[in-house]
Amino acid sequence: MQVSRFLRNTILVELFVPILLLTVGIYHGLMQVIYRAGVIHQSSVAKLDYYQGLTLHGVINAVVLTTFFAVAFGHATIAFYLKKEPNKRATALSMWLMVIGTLLAAAAMLAGKASVLYTFYPPLKAHPAFYIGTAMLIIGSWVAFFDWITIYLNWKKENRETNTPLAVIGTLVNFTIWFVCTTAVAYEVLVLLVPWSLGLTPTVNVPLARTLFWFFGHALVYFWLLPSYIMFYTMLPKLAGGKLYSATAGRIAFFLFLLLSIPIGVHHQFGDPSIGRGVKLSQSLLTFGVALPSFITAFTLAASLEYAARKRGAKGLYSWIWKLPFFRKDVFLFGYLINGLILFIFGGLTGLVLASYSLNNVVHNTAFIPGHFHMTVAGPVFLAILGMSIFLLQQLTGKKIFLPTINTIVPYLWTVGVIIFSTGLMWGGLMGEPRRTNLGLTYLNPASDQYHPYWVISSMLGLAGGGIMFVAGFLYFISFFGTLFGKRVAEPTIDLPVSESLHEEKRIPIFDTFKPWLAIMALIIFLSYLPAISDALNNTGKKAPPYLPTDPTPVFQKK
Amino acid sequence: MIDVFERRVIITAILVMGLFILAIFYAMGARKADVTECLPYDKTYETARVEQLDKTTYQIYYVARMWNFEPSVAYIPVGSEVDLFVTSNDVVHGFNVYNKNVNLMAVPGGVTKTTVRFDQPGVYKVVCHEYCGTGHQNMQAEIIVNYPKK
Repeated sequence: MQVSRFLRNTILVELFVPILLLTVGIYHGLMQVIYRAGVIHQSSVAKLDYYQGLTLHGVINAVVLTTFFAVAFGHATIAFYLKKEPNKRATALSMWLMVIGTLLAAAAMLAGKASVLYTFYPPLKAHPAFYIGTAMLIIGSWVAFFDWITIYLNWKKENRETNTPLAVIGTLVNFTIWFVCTTAVAYEVLVLLVPWSLGLTPTVNVPLARTLFWFFGHALVYFWLLPSYIMFYTMLPKLAGGKLYSATAGRIAFFLFLLLSIPIGVHHQFGDPSIGRGVKLSQSLLTFGVALPSFITAFTLAASLEYAARKRGAKGLYSWIWKLPFFRKDVFLFGYLINGLILFIFGGLTGLVLASYSLNNVVHNTAFIPGHFHMTVAGPVFLAILGMSIFLLQQLTGKKIFLPTINTIVPYLWTVGVIIFSTGLMWGGLMGEPRRTNLGLTYLNPASDQYHPYWVISSMLGLAGGGIMFVAGFLYFISFFGTLFGKRVAEPTIDLPVSESLHEEKRIPIFDTFKPWLAIMALIIFLSYLPAISDALNNTGKKAPPYLPTDPTPVFQKK
Repeated sequence: MIDVFERRVIITAILVMGLFILAIFYAMGARKADVTECLPYDKTYETARVEQLDKTTYQIYYVARMWNFEPSVAYIPVGSEVDLFVTSNDVVHGFNVYNKNVNLMAVPGGVTKTTVRFDQPGVYKVVCHEYCGTGHQNMQAEIIVNYPKK
């Protein structure tokens, strides 16, 4: 479909800004593995400190990139499926809030005033610009969402009996989860942390802040993941040359995510004080519930791919796999999506390990955790974002992909890197190697009396994998920016691949409405989080003043 | 609508989850593997100390601060059962005992507790595994498990 100049430029800005910043994020990814493997024994390189770089890596890759992309992809999806462009004012406001917020937070991080990592656990204190910038980024994404709600409601009024397209259901479910979970972190940031970092309130309740963060923090991972799921359901079967096995399964999966994405955040806090065991156990069990939609998805996608391969003439119980269009330049998006899915098999299973209550004690906060989440957020999420970004870039600018062969092999190279990297980190994690630590200064420095030789091989594997990932990322940038600065050869358009359904899909009213699902969602969140928050409020003995990461004495603001 | 294969997959997935959940309960019940106890906080946890309750039962009260643990070295006889209490004096720290399933957070205003048996002699390293500022990578302690002197 044709898109207006305005929408085209907005989406392009929302793809360009995060990919440009991603160069900084990926550079710091490479630096992490170099420090950690003990190749260098320094606290900083090029005036950027290890922990400052880790903050940049986390915030840019996991928050800025994902949020910008979700909004850009949401605009494209809503406009493409509902044939209605978003409101100009809302879209522009949303974009500017996100861009300015990101610049504020980036300035604070680059100045070294916000080396608090992307979880910004108090009582470590960042510069207020970091908190305010992050909040603006989030609020900007809300503005776009509110506008899509009006578009959807108007569309529904005119199409009462038409099944809402699966991609639209997915987008709206995703942003509903996002809106609900970010209210908690917005409260944490704007009500608890900003006044505290300005010295207006002396202390903050740390367990409460952590609980509010993780109310947001785990739902965040589904906000990362659902755009990929939308692509898996609505595009992957088409790209493979087949049909979607069951669209109803997709709807069930999305609504299950709506119900269960949020009330499981305490599974990040199994080691925390103040929160009771009952709350932890019940949220651990609910986490198994949220794995269900992923199991359904795994089956539906495998069935769709098998159907596509057999349509291409494949035979045999498993050998049909090789008939899929793996290295085809014209459907390069297939490579990005299928590699993400392969990584997600392991990412999902290790996630279940981590969610398993007391089993979490074995690896909590060790390198196992980044080993796991690089197979989720740096797997299906990141690869789908990269693939779709260059796909949309090519369509919206009407340009040819620069170095198409390189672009086609990037996801494969990346996946090999992640597998090696995650193997190293998870192995190290099982041997107690901590995450988020400049190991090169002490634990992997033979000159230090803290030297820990067991972690040498595991962190070297991390280095090898991380190096390959860096090369893949670098090649992607060449392809992306080369495309951006290339010559226009076609009319700008948005033309997303649309998978047909294999089984004829009847409209089931319950899977085409939000109201009952929203009510159940509210109820489950209320029941699971009321005791968690009340525990954090009642069992906490004292509140904490702010500390700078560089100084063991608290910051006392002058009155 | 849902076809027969899909129904089978959903049922299998639910059964597999059920098995995982049973395993969690088995670990809790038969193996006594549990997460930290939830205790109300009071000022006494801010004093780092080792207390001996009887011949083989000890309690260690750890206080984490930027960037060390107190007590930085604790001596425990082989075969003792030790209650570990962990809190923080400033920011959030982590508390991970190498080769043991002890994995706690040290959070200001809260206290975590777990119980662990030391049957093998050795030096058990305690590593801070939560970022706590620029000195985070220096933060370590030791539990030395040795035979009683007499």
